Amino acid sequence: MSRGSLGDGGKLVGIVLVSHSAQVAAAVADLAEGLAGGGTTAPVAPAGGTPDGGLGTSSELITEAARAVDQGAGVAVLVDLGSAVLTVKTLLAEGDELPDGTRLVDAPFVEGAIAAVVTASAGGDLDAVVAAASEAYDYRKA
Amino acid sequence: MLDADFFRRWLSAAAAAVNREADHLTELDSAIGDADHGSNLQRGFAAVTAVLEKEAPQTPGAVLTLAGRQLISTVGGASGPLYGTLLRRTGKALGDAAEVTPGQLAEALRAGVAAVAQLGGAKAGDKTMLDALEPAVEALGESTASFAAAREAAEQGALATVPLQARKGRASYLGERSIGHQDPGATSSALLVATLAEVAS
Repeated sequence: MSRGSLGDGGKLVGIVLVSHSAQVAAAVADLAEGLAGGGTTAPVAPAGGTPDGGLGTSSELITEAARAVDQGAGVAVLVDLGSAVLTVKTLLAEGDELPDGTRLVDAPFVEGAIAAVVTASAGGDLDAVVAAASEAYDYRKA
Repeated sequence: MLDADFFRRWLSAAAAAVNREADHLTELDSAIGDADHGSNLQRGFAAVTAVLEKEAPQTPGAVLTLAGRQLISTVGGASGPLYGTLLRRTGKALGDAAEVTPGQLAEALRAGVAAVAQLGGAKAGDKTMLDALEPAVEALGESTASFAAAREAAEQGALATVPLQARKGRASYLGERSIGHQDPGATSSALLVATLAEVAS
């Protein structure tokens, strides 16, 4: 790895994608990984829907996903809306539920995920990943 | 004085009330939300009842923090983190005392409600659970806690959401069409305050 501002000894920032729908979370993860392709890809984990396959948010799926992608360089969590936002905020407020260096990113879900995964895969640190994802809000489409 | 058993009885009465009113809550939520408030709370409170039986926490604070954690992990909708935060923050504010006074509970509930407001970024008048909870903790007072007054204030607060336009959550997308419907979250909050008053009387 030689690109970007490599953080902690080659460790990459992990990305968690929280959607009300398992399919949406998984598809956005595929899309972001596909567009970030061509070399090492940062770890990405979807946390979509409820454990029984319904629409909603599962704190357990979120904590599992965060632990799975945590390499020690931080974890950026992107969320869609409503209970996904509130559940991640609640887990962060509890303090010990998510890995150290986990951050909720204020970003559009799809565009933010792509920016985050590309930046993390290039070796960007957590600040760079969060900034790239948030900047996706500034790109006007019309 | 209120001990751990008092709080277990409250949450068990709340679970029964949520079961009884689940269809009504879901009906209110189908008008302006995504029609799952009753079933979500039913699942959450059933899990609360089960974990309290299994782990039998011994202090009021431990009962409430465990119950809150369970709601956060099992509800699946926004009411999970919101009610979970209410109970956990209230429980943490009570500390590890074996018994608490009604006044201490009132003060702790005030902290719990403030945490809910902060989490959701909402305030009274936004057509949310806060429209029932804020007047309830006001009525409960800190020195002369009156559970009956809190119950009355929560019920009035829930009814007062009917003419409001929703400014938070799924209902806010409806804009003016949210007017004329009672808020499901304020209704379930009034239900929880009512069961507290029942158990305290």
